Amino acid sequence: MTATVTWVDPSLVVDPTASEVQLAGARCTACGTTMFPFLGGCPKCGGSDMERVALPTTGTLWSYTVQYFEPKAPYRGLEPFEPFGVGYVDLGDVCVETRLTVNDPAALSLNMPMRLVTITAFLDGDQLVQTFAFAPQEDQS
Amino acid sequence: MSSDVAIVGIGIHPFGRTEGVSGRAQGAFAARQALADAGVQWSDIQFAYGGSAAAGDADSLVSELGLTGMPFINVSNGCGTGGSALISARSALLSGQYDLGMVVGFDKHPRGAFAAKPSSLGIGDWYGETGMMVTTQFFAQKIVRYMEQHDIGEETLAAVAEKSFSLGAANPNAWRRTPMSRQQILDAPMVNHPLTQYMFCSPGEGGVALVLARGEVAHQYSANPIYLRSAEFRSRRFGSFEVFSPWTTPETLSGPTADSAEAAFASAGIGPDEIDVAQIQDTESGAEIMHMAETGLCAHGDQEKLILGGETRPDGSLPINTDGGVIANGEPIGATGLRQVFESVLQLRGDAGDRQVPGNPKTGFTHVYGAPGISACTVLSR
Repeated sequence: MTATVTWVDPSLVVDPTASEVQLAGARCTACGTTMFPFLGGCPKCGGSDMERVALPTTGTLWSYTVQYFEPKAPYRGLEPFEPFGVGYVDLGDVCVETRLTVNDPAALSLNMPMRLVTITAFLDGDQLVQTFAFAPQEDQS
Repeated sequence: MSSDVAIVGIGIHPFGRTEGVSGRAQGAFAARQALADAGVQWSDIQFAYGGSAAAGDADSLVSELGLTGMPFINVSNGCGTGGSALISARSALLSGQYDLGMVVGFDKHPRGAFAAKPSSLGIGDWYGETGMMVTTQFFAQKIVRYMEQHDIGEETLAAVAEKSFSLGAANPNAWRRTPMSRQQILDAPMVNHPLTQYMFCSPGEGGVALVLARGEVAHQYSANPIYLRSAEFRSRRFGSFEVFSPWTTPETLSGPTADSAEAAFASAGIGPDEIDVAQIQDTESGAEIMHMAETGLCAHGDQEKLILGGETRPDGSLPINTDGGVIANGEPIGATGLRQVFESVLQLRGDAGDRQVPGNPKTGFTHVYGAPGISACTVLSR
């Protein structure tokens, strides 16, 4: 039996069935602020008219860390726990917080080019639950 | 109307882990000590503000301290609970409505990092499920960027914690009372790169109470009243980088720490360069470094030289977290901000013992910061 794949939250992406993943952001039609994930109200101007936008799939690393201990619930991860990288990637109009495919801080540095990928976040029965992540751009794995 | 508010009584239950003593009981202990310090009875207290995040309702203390009928208002504002209670009490006294009041904060948390629920902050479950609802990650990511921008090294992170533990050893009310070397701190297990276990505070227990009086009557209660010159609270504005943010702006603008500190200095008419002793939020070593500059106590980038030069120790030019801060005291949410004020009063009275700032300090400053982007600051003086 083949494992099926599902998104941890389909609203994070423009089209959960597409092979090319794009994150689904919101842009305030009043002031142009871009946010992620989609929000109904703008924290800059208080506007409530948002348009859905596809965020760029490449950017640069704005900051990062490595999570060395297993977070408490509601965290759901793969067993056994492996430390994982977390960072913010600057996509031009917005920095998105994201899992990183790299968990060695020596392999990470500010401003390095990053690209959007998907990773398996956890298993739900025999279902692979995936989420978005960013990988160093030279890393094609 | 009144023009000044003074702290005329202080009380503390030692921080740390006290098995068999509830958080409420620690609050009551601190309250009785503060009453005795001010030389007043509970029945003299005309109003109280208090808070606890995890140890029960503060206003239930009346069933131990006495059912006098006075208004006791519960405050619940995360790490800003103590600061919010203090600001509320100060306003009540400045209005002229009362002469004498109390603020009290206490807590008792289970071991380990605070657990947080995304939905209570309006964030989807995915954020927690994928491992990003972790406060320590925020502090790590903020300091990684800051250290690179301002050329600050890891030894400085260790030097901050080394100071915290050495001052904790000099503070009988502190939790962590064993000095630790920089190397031990650097070699400890990593929590979130570049921060190790001993660079972080832990949730803990403790209680603090303050008796406050309208300035005009303060000398009736204390020969040495310490005046609360200002108390300001701010929440985040657009563009500040905060904990639990699935996104942020590429350019970081002024945060709640800078906003509340600036307001507190302006309202006190006392500038950051005039502060003799400061207690600032040191959730981890990096926070102490960044908050030194965000509050205006020094310029961005000057911290490494000040810290490695010993200037932030009690005998330095800019004494910071003289009681060991939250790194040595732990963080009982309801009590943490009031502990800073307690320590400031001790220092300004000249009663801080082995950790006393020399030269009769006249002015103090306190700063708390917490999720989801709040800060409260006070300026105190003799």
